[in-house]
Amino acid sequence: MIGSLAVILGCQLLGEVVARGLGLPVPGPVLGMAAMVGVLWLRDRFRPPVLAGVEPAGRFLLAHLSLLFVPAGVGVVGNLDVLAAEWLALSVALVVSTVLTLVVSVVTFRVVARMVGE
Amino acid sequence: MMRQDFALWVYLTQGPLLWLTVTLAAYAVADGLSLRAGRHPVANPVLISVALVGGVLVASGTEYATYFAGAQFVHFLLGPATVALALPLWEHRAVVRRSAVPMLAALVAGSVVAAVSALGVVWAFGAPEGVLVAIAPKSVTAGVAMSITEAQGGDPALTAVLVILTGMIGALVVTPLMDALGIRDYRARGFAVGLASHGIGTARAFQVDPVAGTFAGIAIGLNAVMTAVIVPVVLGWWM
Repeated sequence: MIGSLAVILGCQLLGEVVARGLGLPVPGPVLGMAAMVGVLWLRDRFRPPVLAGVEPAGRFLLAHLSLLFVPAGVGVVGNLDVLAAEWLALSVALVVSTVLTLVVSVVTFRVVARMVGE
Repeated sequence: MMRQDFALWVYLTQGPLLWLTVTLAAYAVADGLSLRAGRHPVANPVLISVALVGGVLVASGTEYATYFAGAQFVHFLLGPATVALALPLWEHRAVVRRSAVPMLAALVAGSVVAAVSALGVVWAFGAPEGVLVAIAPKSVTAGVAMSITEAQGGDPALTAVLVILTGMIGALVVTPLMDALGIRDYRARGFAVGLASHGIGTARAFQVDPVAGTFAGIAIGLNAVMTAVIVPVVLGWWM
């Protein structure tokens, strides 16, 4: 468990260093995800004993992903007054845009999947 | 001399223990309710936890900054959790590779619609320019959205609120919406919710199906890059 957490943090650290060092528009943890894919490739390719237990911490975090958004969510409740002046426009925009984005993305995915012959 | 109970309160509010405990307890209750409701979309654990913690903060007259001093340990784990998305991605890599073309098509279409439709609505309401800037990147993960807004001269605090609300709206509507559309492809459903509603949508996707969660996780990363490229272009053309 601790070892797998250390590997995850190491990947994130590497991602942050690369993202900030090169001024990329990608968040460090997303590059860290790519680094972690590299770690998993190494594990399956060479099977070093040190990487045998690399999954538990990540599995645990993903099982409780909702929990991790609670502090930011509470911040929103306390800051709803920033919406005050334009609350109607913003509420309508968020609902309409989110629904439209979901529909366009899912339909595009399905249509193109069928076009490339699935 | 301070009264004993007040001294205890002062002591507790100075360390992270109290608000960390409240956050975990609220989530344990919310997750239990969500499980008992058969993971019904309305019984969203983020929403319920936020309501519970928000209620405690209001009732105790606690400032958000005090709360966050404890809750930051949970908040910090968002980064490691993003890295951990590599696990399902690696596990399902064969399906992911096969889906590259539909994913990229959905990314371009979804990313443009996410920015343009939000801009269009607030513009139709006659909202000021600053609001247009702040809402444009609302579908991407908070850190990236805030830096896009900042670079365009908008208010990142407003963007942060809009991003979190977008996540909650997506997590609430995705299941009934996809069912109504008759979409049974969990790759497509997951990708759409990760693109539209970042991590909060992805948390919902993992509740429904592991493949949906995997594709949602990929969409977070891809849309962060895509939106960083698209929003300055769209805003430049709009204003």
